[in-house]
Amino acid sequence: MKIRISDDALAIACGADTVARAFIQAGAEVERVSSWGMHWLEPLVDVDGTGYANVTADQVRAIMAGTTESIGSIAEHPFITRQSRLTFARAGKTRPTSLDDYYASEGWLGLAKAQAIGAEATIETVLASGLRGRGGAGFPAGIKWKTVASAQAATKYIVCNADEGDSATFADRMVMEGDPFMLIEGMAIAGFAVGAQKGYVYIRSEYPHAIAKMETAIAACAHLIAPFIVEVRVGAGAYVCGEETSLLNSLEGKRGEVRAKPPLPALEGLFGKPTVVNNVLTLAAIPWILTHGGEAYASYGMGRSKGTMPVQLAGNVKHGGLFEIGFGITLGELVNDIGGGTDSGRPVRCVQVGGPLGAYIPPSRFDLPFDYEAFAAADALIGHAGITVFDDTVDMAQMARFAMEFCAVESCGKCTPCRLGSTRGVETLDQIIAGKNVEANLALLADLSETMKFGSLCALGGFTPYPVMSAITHFPEDFR
Amino acid sequence: MTYQPQKDFGTPASGSNDLVTCTIDGRHVTVPAGTSVMRAAAEQGTSIPKLCATDNMKSFGSCRLCLVEIDGRRGTPASCTTPVEPGMVVHTQTPHLQKLRKGVMELYISDHPLDCLTCAANGDCELQDQAGAVGLRDVRYEVQSTHLGQEKDHSNPYFDFDPSKCIACSRCIRACDEVQGTLALTMEGRGWDSKISAGLASDNFLGSECVSCGACVQACPTATLVEKKVVEIGTPERSVVTTCAYCGVGCTFRAEMRGEQLVRMVPYKDGKANRGHSCVKGRFAWGYAQHKERILKPMIRKSINDPWREVEWDEAFAYTASELKRISDSYGRHALGGITSSRCTNEETFLVQKLVRAGFGNNNVDTCARVCHSPTGYGLKTTFGTSAGTQDFDSVEECDVILIIGANPTDGHPVFASRMKRRLRGQDGRPPAKLIVIDPRRTDIVRSPHIEAEHHLPLRPGTNVAVLTAMAHVIVSEGLANEAFIKERCDWDEYRHWAEFVTQPRNSPESLQPVTLVDAEELRAAARLYATGGNGAIYYGLGVTEHSQGSSTVMAIANLAMATGNIGKRGVGVNPLRGQNNVQGACDMGSFPHELSGYRHISDGDARKLFESDWGVALDPEPGLRIPNMLDAAVDGVFKGLYVQGEDILHSDPNTKHVSAGLAAMECVIVHDLFLNETANYAHIFLPGSTFLEKNGTFTNAERRIQPVRKVMTPLNGLEDWEVTQRLAQAMGLDWNYTHPSEIMDEIARLTPTFAGVSFSRLDEEGSLQWPVNDAAPDGSPIMHVDGFVRGRGKFVVTDYVPTDEKTGPRFPLLLTTGRILSHYNVGAQTRRTENVAWHPEDLLEIHPVDAEDRGIKSGDWVKLASRAGETTLRATVTDRVAPGVVYTTFHHAVTQANVVTTDYSDWATNCPEYKVTAVQISPSNGPTDWQEEYEALSERARRIATEVPAE
Ligand SMILES: Cc1cc2nc3c(=O)[nH]c(=O)nc-3n(C[C@H](O)[C@H](O)[C@H](O)COP(=O)(O)O)c2cc1C
Ligand code: SF4
Ligand code: SF4
Ligand code: SF4
Ligand code: SF4
Ligand code: FES
Repeated sequence: MKIRISDDALAIACGADTVARAFIQAGAEVERVSSWGMHWLEPLVDVDGTGYANVTADQVRAIMAGTTESIGSIAEHPFITRQSRLTFARAGKTRPTSLDDYYASEGWLGLAKAQAIGAEATIETVLASGLRGRGGAGFPAGIKWKTVASAQAATKYIVCNADEGDSATFADRMVMEGDPFMLIEGMAIAGFAVGAQKGYVYIRSEYPHAIAKMETAIAACAHLIAPFIVEVRVGAGAYVCGEETSLLNSLEGKRGEVRAKPPLPALEGLFGKPTVVNNVLTLAAIPWILTHGGEAYASYGMGRSKGTMPVQLAGNVKHGGLFEIGFGITLGELVNDIGGGTDSGRPVRCVQVGGPLGAYIPPSRFDLPFDYEAFAAADALIGHAGITVFDDTVDMAQMARFAMEFCAVESCGKCTPCRLGSTRGVETLDQIIAGKNVEANLALLADLSETMKFGSLCALGGFTPYPVMSAITHFPEDFR
Repeated sequence: MTYQPQKDFGTPASGSNDLVTCTIDGRHVTVPAGTSVMRAAAEQGTSIPKLCATDNMKSFGSCRLCLVEIDGRRGTPASCTTPVEPGMVVHTQTPHLQKLRKGVMELYISDHPLDCLTCAANGDCELQDQAGAVGLRDVRYEVQSTHLGQEKDHSNPYFDFDPSKCIACSRCIRACDEVQGTLALTMEGRGWDSKISAGLASDNFLGSECVSCGACVQACPTATLVEKKVVEIGTPERSVVTTCAYCGVGCTFRAEMRGEQLVRMVPYKDGKANRGHSCVKGRFAWGYAQHKERILKPMIRKSINDPWREVEWDEAFAYTASELKRISDSYGRHALGGITSSRCTNEETFLVQKLVRAGFGNNNVDTCARVCHSPTGYGLKTTFGTSAGTQDFDSVEECDVILIIGANPTDGHPVFASRMKRRLRGQDGRPPAKLIVIDPRRTDIVRSPHIEAEHHLPLRPGTNVAVLTAMAHVIVSEGLANEAFIKERCDWDEYRHWAEFVTQPRNSPESLQPVTLVDAEELRAAARLYATGGNGAIYYGLGVTEHSQGSSTVMAIANLAMATGNIGKRGVGVNPLRGQNNVQGACDMGSFPHELSGYRHISDGDARKLFESDWGVALDPEPGLRIPNMLDAAVDGVFKGLYVQGEDILHSDPNTKHVSAGLAAMECVIVHDLFLNETANYAHIFLPGSTFLEKNGTFTNAERRIQPVRKVMTPLNGLEDWEVTQRLAQAMGLDWNYTHPSEIMDEIARLTPTFAGVSFSRLDEEGSLQWPVNDAAPDGSPIMHVDGFVRGRGKFVVTDYVPTDEKTGPRFPLLLTTGRILSHYNVGAQTRRTENVAWHPEDLLEIHPVDAEDRGIKSGDWVKLASRAGETTLRATVTDRVAPGVVYTTFHHAVTQANVVTTDYSDWATNCPEYKVTAVQISPSNGPTDWQEEYEALSERARRIATEVPAE
């Protein structure tokens, strides 16, 4: 009997460690693996492929005796079968820091391929894959790499942005905790392609498990990626440090203040050297792309949004978790069919996609396909593909206020629209909520939003108007 | 002319040679590639609203007022951070932009105190201007929280900090980082809580790392950082460009005036020496000009034991002339002499030496440059053929290796140090220049923010020549000499001779290590770096010249530069950092007893004839007396009368007791100065001087740059200094009729080949000129010896190391070396009469912890500093900046009188005194020495001024 239990932080929070100990005490052999990403089922116990959901220690004997009800084959669970798992192909199956498991599951093939075809062809492959940055802005990864590759400099860097600050997102964490070698391989390929000698993984301090796993994995595979070197750096604890230039300042030991662009980090990045800054998911997609070819990856998705996106379902949702799927699926399918609607059972009032800076989208727009361009046209944001679901008890004026307050709390303070505007936004919303000069204040808020949107230096101030204005546009009744 | 700040282009000029043409508001504009849209617009006369950008620092992109629209681009990029591209079409004013800018301004004003009418910056505030420019009419927010009502920081004596008015643009921080290089300021907190802070939150400006250069105050677009004088007086209404009268950097300033009141000095962006920067002295320390101790009426007395008697100018001149005549008649014309000042203008200096040569009828004229840079003149003239440095300051931007020896630029030449530090931080994207420091002390530049010297060679004071010879040994014996350069430009035989000398085993770093105490390996590495690191430039100061081997050291430096081919282009050279504002000029003007202006020997008949026919007098062909010889002659009773302009020889010259004995032996000492200085204690006639703000003329800085000094106010004493000298000459019967200093310059140009092309009208047009300016170099000479050495072939001179006679021994086991600090200037006559005393109220003795412990001395203790020449007391500070065996002090304060202990030893060639090496003993003490007390009493007596005219 082979028992597998995830050692992912979320599973542990649900009690996975206690359950695992109970199995061991009961004489079973337990393998700690990565998580399947079906959060509502954790702790999920895998007994020779059959799954037991929400297991507690007192169920251990019954499971071993085969006397409790299972959810059947995990791999055939509809939540899994509907996915196209490329980046999360190993999820639930391998031991995160086992080099053997990694080798046995296509590990290091991508790096070998890159080395075989050379730096230029590697970048061509990434270009052909159509892979766009998964950190938020959706900038084509291949073009960024090409810029860095053609910059003349003796020293270049790869920086992996693992600051994952968006609400309702966990995909980066799951990669680092569940499949760290894949990320390291992706970074090594990037380093090879652009001529960088060193990579940094900037991980938010709230992710101690991810930090530990990454460090273990880096030590274990250092010889395989040499002369490339990877080093973990722990984040400074501010949301804005996820913004790439602020992150670079933080890495340099400076205040996490956003830099004006140009110069692009690709040309003057870390310590002034050409630098690739990519999100965890962007880099994690690379080994698959190299192994299977750019075209294979590009055959997923729609329009200019190629490949798959690990969508993260959270908030008031019945089936929360990680759902990797080719672009093009509609929002309604994701929220209702896959997510199963709200956990509270009440009607869905809206969802917020793309973290705290994403727009609120009402069910009337659930026909929107998951596609960068379609979202942009609807004044919405895919961002890091976190979807937070709200039921009909939500007060959208409070949500708008929260967006401004979030911006005020997280602002780096460099630029005026964000530094002063966010606080004025909170104050103005307070006036509106208190029913004072509502129309005049709504007009003022619209003007302020325009100033922030077009005037801010980075997307923190620049995108805060999205949740605010979408709340007002779609739910005017909450403001008057 | 009404007040106008200098035009601000928003971002620095691009150095690119490629040109780009784009269209801004329908007009084509062509600018160097890399120029920002903002600057391109400014150059075509369009001013885009801005607050965080200013053209002496990199763009930052934080205020978001400067947004523009660019065809084919999404959104509204900031024009300050967007470089122009070929064919770009930019719109700077559209309804959308107008709305955004109003939106940003509305936010600013929602957090700003609305007290414009009573604000110090009213009328000189960029926030106010931009609020007008964007057409803000209304603030609609129902404001709850603000940054108003915070406590002000008044701690700095010259400027205030009022955080309530801060718009968090970071211009101050960037000025401190990029322009000054001190990195004293930070932004504390994040977002709404962002706040400018000088160091730790608990620090105020005075207690912080801040050196009070004022760059942040100048950069601040609001009244947050504002000059106290502006608070007191109001904003200026006109401005005059003039030159700083403190140090040899020669910063130019706009003296910003209201009526005849000086409001502030603002460094002039077009000043080629300072490029818009300044230090605390030039910008702020001019309060001495109005100090109550300034003497405004001439005074005379029979004996120095009498009180002074104030007289009118006519009486003063008549009396002075009669005294001089009496002495000349009874003791002979050689009993008279004069001392010119490196603080005064070229024109004034020229007149004083003319008075001595043509009026007194001898060549007994000397200058204070004797005590600082005379070895430079001698050494560089001998080796290269010109008594001056080889580069302009801009040249530092092209250096790859900077070697500093015997100079402390961050204290002594602060503005040049800031420019040098910029290069050492590699701010412009190029790799930073490497730094070698040869100095007994760990000066600030050895390790400062973002700068770390590659090699610091902490040599034993007095062994400069040995260290430089050892470096030459390494360069020649390791085959690193640039023989092609030497063959082409220098005398090969002399080189061979020199090379043979330096390669002798006794000159190896290893053999000399016991003498110099410099680690031989470190020295070798430094020599290799200088020889092979690219453009190598040597900067040196008084730590080179003020030694018994000063001239040898200068020549050893010249040898190194020649041997490595580091002469004759940008980024290299031999650069003396001149002490006083006009040392170079004073030397150029013929202030030395043996030289006429332009360094022509007095025995040169042709040169003499030129002057004789112009002046209509016969000149003495024999060189006159140097200062120390005048004093000797006075003690011997044959030298009786001295005219000292703008110098305090009693305070600044070595061996104070000898100087006072010399002065006391004279019958007529005429002091022409602003204050009753120490020398005036021995004077019989006091002629009040005028400040640099009160006169016209020129100063010549360390780069040979002749720059105008302009009168911005009427002299309080009634006469400009050149007029005083002229009136004295007239009283002596000389037929002088200058109506303006420009006529004196015309005479200098007529008589001095290197100045042939200089005139006030050209200086007015071009701002400054670097001599030589003549037919060969009509536009002046930023870099010397470009196509070959002025003297023909470069001359290698063998410089054998001869230890000074000043040796340590059991009685005087420590070596004293002296220097100065940033906030004070030399003898401190001026800076001690300004608020600069906030930083350096007294001279302190630096002593190494080991030496201190041996003697039971702690920081703050009174100690006695004794040498063979004398003793004084001061307080100690225990620090490892100095090596064991070495102590250090400044000489800014009269009460300390560090020169009581310095000796008579001096440079073998030029008599430049050996200030930098004195054997001393330090012991605990509980108060001033007898000498200090006696002297204090004498000063008090000698400074009395009779309140009524005594009934005689
Ligand atoms: C306020 C703010 C926070 C951000 N946080 C993150 C983050 O946590 N992780 C991330 O990958 N990208 C984040 N980004 C996006 C990054 O700036 C950058 O676009 C991304 O790291 C580039 O990588 P990619 O091209 O692979 O997406 C953030 C951006 C902003 C404006
Ligand atoms: S928008 Fe906010 S976080 Fe971004 S640069 Fe401006 S102040 Fe900083
Ligand atoms: S005065 Fe000069 S040193 Fe002081 S904080 Fe301002 S810029 Fe920095
Ligand atoms: S003190 Fe002045 S320069 Fe500094 S941030 Fe505030 S407003 Fe800007
Ligand atoms: S560096 Fe020298 S010239 Fe410049 S302001 Fe300071 S004292 Fe004056
Ligand atoms: S001037 Fe361009 S953003 Fe401030």
